[in-house]
Amino acid sequence: MIPELGHFALILALCVALVQGTLPLFGAARGDARLMALAPTAALTQAFLVILAFLALMQAYVASDFSVANVVANSHSAKPLLYKITGVWGNHEGSMLLWALILSIFGAAVAIFGAELPDSLRSRVLAIQALIGVGFLAFILFTSNPFARLAPAPPDGNGLNPLLQDPGLAFHPPLLYLGYVGFSVTYAFAIAALLEGRVDAAWARWVRPWTLAAWCFLTLGIALGSWWAYYILGWGGFWFWDPVENASLMPWLAGTALLHSAIVVEKRDALKSWTVLLAILAFSLSLLGTFLVRSGVLTSVHAFAQDPARGLYILCFLLAVTGGGLTLYALRAPGLQPGGLFQPLSREGALILNNLLLCTLAATVLLGTLYPLFLDLLTGNKVSVGPPFFNATFVPICLALFAALCVGPFLGWKRAELWPALAHLRIAFAVAVVAALVAAFAIDQSSTLAAVAFGFGVWLIVGTLAELATRLRLGRLPLRESLRRLRNTPRASIGMTISHAALGFVVLGAVATGAWHAELIRTLKPGETVSFAGYDVTLQRVDNVQGANYVAERATLAVTRGGKPFTTLLPERRLFVVQRRQVAETAIQTNLLRDFYATLGEGDANTGWTIRLYDNPLAPWIWLGAALCALGGFVSLSDRRLRIGAPTRRRTVQAAE
Amino acid sequence: MWARSQCIALLLLCALPALAVEPTEMLKDPALEARARQIGQALRCVVCQNQSIDDSQAEVAHDMRRAVRERLQAGDSDDQVFAYMVARYGDYVLLKPPFKARTLVLWLGAPALLLIAGVALLFAARRRRTATVAPPPLNEEERVRLSVILGDQWDFHPERSEGACGKQERSLGLRPRDDS
Amino acid sequence: MSRRLLYLLPLLTLALMAGFFAWSLLIGRDPAAIGSVVVGRPAPPLNIPALQEGQAPLTDALFKSGKPVLVNFFASWCAPCLAEHPLFMRLKEREGAIVIGIAWKNKRDEALAWLKRLGNPFQTAGLDLEGKAGLDWGLSGVPETYAVDGNGIVRLHFRGPLIERDLTDSVIPFLKGNTP
Repeated sequence: MIPELGHFALILALCVALVQGTLPLFGAARGDARLMALAPTAALTQAFLVILAFLALMQAYVASDFSVANVVANSHSAKPLLYKITGVWGNHEGSMLLWALILSIFGAAVAIFGAELPDSLRSRVLAIQALIGVGFLAFILFTSNPFARLAPAPPDGNGLNPLLQDPGLAFHPPLLYLGYVGFSVTYAFAIAALLEGRVDAAWARWVRPWTLAAWCFLTLGIALGSWWAYYILGWGGFWFWDPVENASLMPWLAGTALLHSAIVVEKRDALKSWTVLLAILAFSLSLLGTFLVRSGVLTSVHAFAQDPARGLYILCFLLAVTGGGLTLYALRAPGLQPGGLFQPLSREGALILNNLLLCTLAATVLLGTLYPLFLDLLTGNKVSVGPPFFNATFVPICLALFAALCVGPFLGWKRAELWPALAHLRIAFAVAVVAALVAAFAIDQSSTLAAVAFGFGVWLIVGTLAELATRLRLGRLPLRESLRRLRNTPRASIGMTISHAALGFVVLGAVATGAWHAELIRTLKPGETVSFAGYDVTLQRVDNVQGANYVAERATLAVTRGGKPFTTLLPERRLFVVQRRQVAETAIQTNLLRDFYATLGEGDANTGWTIRLYDNPLAPWIWLGAALCALGGFVSLSDRRLRIGAPTRRRTVQAAE
Repeated sequence: MWARSQCIALLLLCALPALAVEPTEMLKDPALEARARQIGQALRCVVCQNQSIDDSQAEVAHDMRRAVRERLQAGDSDDQVFAYMVARYGDYVLLKPPFKARTLVLWLGAPALLLIAGVALLFAARRRRTATVAPPPLNEEERVRLSVILGDQWDFHPERSEGACGKQERSLGLRPRDDS
Repeated sequence: MSRRLLYLLPLLTLALMAGFFAWSLLIGRDPAAIGSVVVGRPAPPLNIPALQEGQAPLTDALFKSGKPVLVNFFASWCAPCLAEHPLFMRLKEREGAIVIGIAWKNKRDEALAWLKRLGNPFQTAGLDLEGKAGLDWGLSGVPETYAVDGNGIVRLHFRGPLIERDLTDSVIPFLKGNTP
């Protein structure tokens, strides 16, 4: 009964989305207030219905209702409750429903927080949002119905992919989708602006918070995915340039570019058509990622349910959304009035450089991801594009971006001088060079590139802090005065400082872990000791452990340093009985400066067990830095000036005076 | 049909906890072993998806790792080892595609884009700068009309404004009223 | 005019990409296919012991007979090999094909028992216990089949089990001397 209710709610949601996607558009075109007023109500109704459908599916999972085919395929009665819940989106059908859910919630959020938007703009945004929703809901209902019943119901289910039974991966998809889908709002704003034929500072101010929110979630989602890969895949890597990872990186890069170009529109009324294009691209790249992951066009370690028929549907949808948007862009964008003028050397110029480099990065990833496909179709030649290619092409452009990143905030709008900005960065430059030299001579003499990249990481942190210090006139004014200035600094600027410095931490973590980790692979019998990276590691014993839905071998590794106990690590190798699959449970001891990392391999008491040990310096900084980066975004989001409707409120206050 | 099911089976195999390089495979000479690891990370496991042979548990990956070590022990250079693998499995095994005619677009596509866009932007900026030469100064009649329109509250401070707009404002030749 | 074209560029890029995607989906391209570089080249060197103890080892001489030869890598532990086995029996009995079997990473007695149980379609069979010959032939797993013509040039390479259509479309024409 409840699954049917969910199915019915989903069908109703599709009907509501159809109404929401058409009538308000006519209303906005004709200036009919009643039709426009339909949009917010419809958005809230649609959200309510999709939430209902989602809860219905969740109920089927929690109650282990094995008459529902999707539950049978992806759940098992012995699974812990957490994974029963997260199992809802651990499969193709459920994850599409999650997409639709987040999409409709974003629509409802625009309806609620967008009360201050002009009526025609709001109704157009909501209508576009609904049209995207129509695509997804129809996709779910016609090709991937999660509520399909199975008769007769089997006694138990097939269980969830063990790799997904992990807290990190449980919350990775929702965060990622919040990012992907958040860009749909930006897209809807861009299309609405093209329909209205007007892009101005007010528009940029409305778009920025949505972009920022989506960007923050996407940052967190990517970081969580990378962290998961780090501790579950068992060889200490954190980014593999897999098509699925690339698919999430491309919208992130486009979204980052958009965040920066929207500032130029807001402050200087320039770069309008470019910003609109980026807004369309950020969401299009999100959809492209979905297409690549689910269509079977490319292969990936993290294979999703791959089905060419679904692939064709998503391709058509992608064409409708992106193609429609870009056609409108080609028709309308030339008519947008170019805005404020500026010299190449200025804050605007720096932000253009930022956009140029970020877009080149995105193009590098796109080309690298799709090139094997293009070449195979055109010539039949097979090539692989893997980490060494991206390290050779992506990293140099990144370094150029990092070099410019610290200088940009010192440049004034319209026209600026380079030398005064560089003079402020003297100390940061010196510190960075020293750091690079120390890295090159004291830490590792073999890798020059790593030392240079390390210097760039330090440059990012110190350079960003130097900008803050200059703004607060730290050391030139009394401390009290500087603190007062800090309090008065807009949150958006504080957010920028946090995010830029955080990037430096990510770079340091990635460089140190990637280039300077130590590794030991050894077969140990119980009682044997090896020394590794200044520690002595003893395999004390290997026990058999019984988990909720798995059996495991658990090694007890006693780690001592100079005879004193340091820690005990308990890596496991789990065998999930239902799926007959093994998963490594790594043991990590971290002190936030380095990770001591151990995995347990195959073996038995006679031959010993294969143990892998890693010492990963600064590894935690990668994900802490990424989280800090997102935090900077949230701080910026809390800026009063960015809060939705703030400009209008100020206007009403003035009117009241 | 078969190909697909085999893919899935292999995928499962590859996704196992990757204790790929086994202690028994490793070379005694640490320098040689380090080179072998380096090469292994740049060679693709031919039955896995985007995994290097260093990270893969597949049978073939095991054979390839052993072959890499045998070649190194026989005194091959890194390039010779790569050539050995390419002769058997084609460019497909190289995770870093070789730079040749058919990968030209891959290697140079994005940098070329950057270059073209950068040059185009600089040209556009230069053209705009020449295009925005100051408009001809106002004649006396226009000045009077403008000051009437602007009234008292408008106050141009040319010395404070900067940039292209500043130039234009300066060319208006307006001074604050109380100055005149 | 050129400015308008600039605004059309994103749409054109999309059209190009979508064209490739549609092409790939419509022809059902297998993204996991790794291709083969041995086709069109002389057969790789072969020097392995015979599966039956006491028989002469298998060498390149097998490809110098002037007759087309099929080379099949198999293993008793491999399920798809079981599936294609009847086809090889038929090739031997009806077409009189010369098939050389190579047991890949298979224990000698297990492979022999497998052949005894199912019937032996091979003119001669060899043993590649370590997978070294497999590596030389660019093997990715079992089963794989190569067709070598009378001049010792590899003409066909099938990854995965042969199916009925492979036989009628390419293997039998190849045996009749119609080199693809």
